[in-house]
Amino acid sequence: MKIGTPKEVFEGERRVAMTPESALQLQKLGHECVIETGAGLAAGFDDAAYKAAGVEIAKTPAALWKAADVIAKVRPPTNTEVKRLNGDKTLISFFYPGQNTELLELCKGTGASVIAMDMVPRISRAQKMDALSSMANIAGYRAVIEAGSNFGRFFTGQVTAAGKVPPAKVLVVGAGVAGLAAIGTATSLGAITYAFDVRPEVAEQIESMGAEFVFLDFEEQSQDGAATGGYAAPSSPEFREKQLEKFRELAPDMDIVITTALIPGRDAPKLWLEDMVAAMKPGSVVIDLAAERGGNCDLTVADEKVVSENGVTIVGYTDFPSRMATQSSTLYSTNIRHMLTDLTPEKDGVIVHNMEDDVIRGATATHEGEITFPPPPPKIQAIAAQPKKDKPKELTPEEKRAQEVAAFKAQTRQQVTLLAAGGAAILLAGLFTPASFMQHFIVFVLSVFVGFQVIWNVSHALHTPLMAVTNAISSIIILGALMQIGSGSWLVLVLAAVSVFMAGINIFGGFMVTRRMLAMFQKS
Amino acid sequence: MEYGFTTAAYVVAAVLFILSLGGLSGQESAKRAVWYGIAGMALAVFATLIGPGSGLWLLSIILIAGGGVIGWYVANRVQMTEMPQLVAAMHSLVGLAAVFVGYNAYLEAARISGLHELAAHPEQLKAIANGMMPEEWLHLQLQSLKGFAAIVAHKTPTELVILKIEVFLGVFIGAVTFTGSVVAYGKLAGKVDSKAKKLPGGHMLNAGAAALSAILLIAFLNGAGMWALILMTLCALFIGYHLIMGIGGADMPVVVSMLNSYSGWAAAAIGFSLSNDLLIVVGALVGSSGAILSYIMCKAMNRSFVSVILGGFGNTTGPAQAVEGEQVAIDAEGVAAALAEADSVIIVPGYGMAVAQAQQAVSELTRKLRDKGKEVRFAIHPVAGRLPGHMNVLLAEAKVPYDIVMEMDEINEDFPETDVVIVIGSNDIVNPAAQEDPNSPIAGMPVLEVWKAKQVFVSKRGQGTGYSGIENPLFYKDNTRMFFGDAKASVSQLINLID
Repeated sequence: MKIGTPKEVFEGERRVAMTPESALQLQKLGHECVIETGAGLAAGFDDAAYKAAGVEIAKTPAALWKAADVIAKVRPPTNTEVKRLNGDKTLISFFYPGQNTELLELCKGTGASVIAMDMVPRISRAQKMDALSSMANIAGYRAVIEAGSNFGRFFTGQVTAAGKVPPAKVLVVGAGVAGLAAIGTATSLGAITYAFDVRPEVAEQIESMGAEFVFLDFEEQSQDGAATGGYAAPSSPEFREKQLEKFRELAPDMDIVITTALIPGRDAPKLWLEDMVAAMKPGSVVIDLAAERGGNCDLTVADEKVVSENGVTIVGYTDFPSRMATQSSTLYSTNIRHMLTDLTPEKDGVIVHNMEDDVIRGATATHEGEITFPPPPPKIQAIAAQPKKDKPKELTPEEKRAQEVAAFKAQTRQQVTLLAAGGAAILLAGLFTPASFMQHFIVFVLSVFVGFQVIWNVSHALHTPLMAVTNAISSIIILGALMQIGSGSWLVLVLAAVSVFMAGINIFGGFMVTRRMLAMFQKS
Repeated sequence: MEYGFTTAAYVVAAVLFILSLGGLSGQESAKRAVWYGIAGMALAVFATLIGPGSGLWLLSIILIAGGGVIGWYVANRVQMTEMPQLVAAMHSLVGLAAVFVGYNAYLEAARISGLHELAAHPEQLKAIANGMMPEEWLHLQLQSLKGFAAIVAHKTPTELVILKIEVFLGVFIGAVTFTGSVVAYGKLAGKVDSKAKKLPGGHMLNAGAAALSAILLIAFLNGAGMWALILMTLCALFIGYHLIMGIGGADMPVVVSMLNSYSGWAAAAIGFSLSNDLLIVVGALVGSSGAILSYIMCKAMNRSFVSVILGGFGNTTGPAQAVEGEQVAIDAEGVAAALAEADSVIIVPGYGMAVAQAQQAVSELTRKLRDKGKEVRFAIHPVAGRLPGHMNVLLAEAKVPYDIVMEMDEINEDFPETDVVIVIGSNDIVNPAAQEDPNSPIAGMPVLEVWKAKQVFVSKRGQGTGYSGIENPLFYKDNTRMFFGDAKASVSQLINLID
């Protein structure tokens, strides 16, 4: 098959879906590669580099679309581009099928297969082709850099000969991939970073990146990311109020605010309102990564940088990844390459569009003249559902008291039963056995009793010495042998003598070893 | 007067023994407690020697001294890692002594009852008495009886029956203790394969031997004589052998403490038959001590005593969870770097440390880390090693201060705040499957929750499942790194890298 990448026609788009590096990898899968002349120029890859990697150069867009069987690009296709598709061709690009219904219909009309890179399901196996994440990562990084270039101070606090510089305070709203990348970048530049997210389970991730989680004391904030495939879901009005209140409280202290809050398939929620901007210090910066979808900030103007009345810069660029075209092209082309690897299971240059595969099925928007969007839910859950945590019920003092009484009663009953049974058994034995036996028996029972009471107090660490000492003591059997040794019979004498000898070994050995062990225990 | 003195001495000795055991509640008081035990034993032996019935002083003292020299020599030479074997070997001595003393008791009793029977048959008596008046001769004979025999001579027929039961029991328990301890010694010393092994027929053989012993008891009571006693001894010897052969090496802590208990009960039973209260008291003390230790060990493994004794792990209810992922190895540099950055370190030693004799190296590592201001502690699981408290003794030998050596309950909650955990040669006691997998053979056993720490290093010889043969998911966790190699060599490497 021939994989082709046209020059992006969207104005200002500098990324390219194929790099010389990825082209080499694609050729290993048995594919041929073709690229439109000048397609990689803006991302830093010239035609010569492609040619060196064995990529054919197409002179015009028309020639490329005609030559290629699979077209990989970045932005969704324009109407002109769609017209160039036909039933034999496959298009791989960002598509946003949820928002682009008309475009979807157009593509369906051509009979071509469309694989939307933004629809790759969020499961572990598909992470390598998750272009949204790799782009978000770049956006998050770039957001901090962009903020830095608009912010008039250091990020890190310094004490210099020329005076003291306070560290910048950064608030990141929304700890998705972009948010986490922004946190990482901001902390590594030395800023004091705070982060907020509606999903409490990301607190750990936030803290692992070095930021402080802005904790919201709210009863119902038990959103489970697992239910929505790892994305945030809309929150209740009460929750939102509480959240805004917290932001209002934070606003005057923050130098840089980076908002990344998005809910799949909806407009971006308004989280940084006009009054919060007004509360910020002049020279502060707001970077709105959600600008494309309306922005998280009231004052955001998409694709523009505006300055509020009180001198706060609000950046609403929508092309952060494109601003780092080389990096994002490398990552995106790798995502595309992985997608093609999955589409070429035999590595023989033949595309197999396996609609049974969770990842391919999920990303496919149209196939064989049918619209296949939205896909059925993936068979594998993205994130294991968190087990519901039941708080142990707080007991009232009365209940506690009742429980204690019940436990006490149960214990008493158990002890009384044991005593009664034991006592009865002993009495019964007493009826049938002579008094001389019972005398010894009493001694025996009392000794067992004393033994149990004493041994429970022995500390765990001293169990080995305990064994050694009881071993030594159990050679008390020597008394029996000593009493018998004086007896007349020679057989008795021999047996008793051997017993005395063995017990002698035991007594000395046991006590010696115990002493040796105990002498070793030392306090530090 | 002699008899009264002996009894008084016994009371004092009994008190000393109780104090000796009670003193083991703390490390410092334990050092005093041993002396109580020694004094008690000396007093008891002395009182018996001068007391009624004993003779041949010189021989007795020579024998005790001879045994003492051997005991002294062995006790001073033994390595601390060999402690389990030593304890097991010494139990076997007590068991065998109990068997012999039991035999003697029977022989004496038989002689006395012979005399009594003679009294009932004057014509025979006349023949033996060669010339003397028969009654006079008998009186003389009974007068000449000394010690134990003298006590037996005054017994009524019912008391004689009870005496026989006591002797029988004492010999039985003693014989089981003897072979059981010998096998346990063999397993612990590595002279016998430590895997659980059973003859065809399994527990039915044991049950059969026990039933035969019971029948022999009835025969013995009805006057069957010495042969019944000897046959029963053989049965008991077999039971001891087969029972312990069927128990795997990992359960040895329970076995050793159980045998300890048995040796106590054997002494108590002999005490009954000899009507010696001190023997009864001490036997009961030792017996209950061993029983409690066994109970504590079983509790620590979440297994019932019966299932341990019957050998092998119980049948699991379903297939154990498959372990996913792979073991990630790490070299000494990696571990040393992590240790250098850590503030708090917990070391979890197991039998592997004992096998590799790594305790000195571990102690040295601990000292170095502590010198650098890091918090180093040891977490000891109740069944780590092959003897209750085995690890504590080894660490003490290597001069690790005992106040940084913690029990499981004391330290388990601290793992989440710990930077680095080093697991040295332990496996089951840190196996998360005990909590996570209800089908695991060790499900429900309390374990050290090392996987909650930030990072875990496992020092282990190879990738195998080890002593118990149970797969350990800990080795596959994300925060676990496998530090393969001999524990002693591995730890020594670390010592050189940390300075």
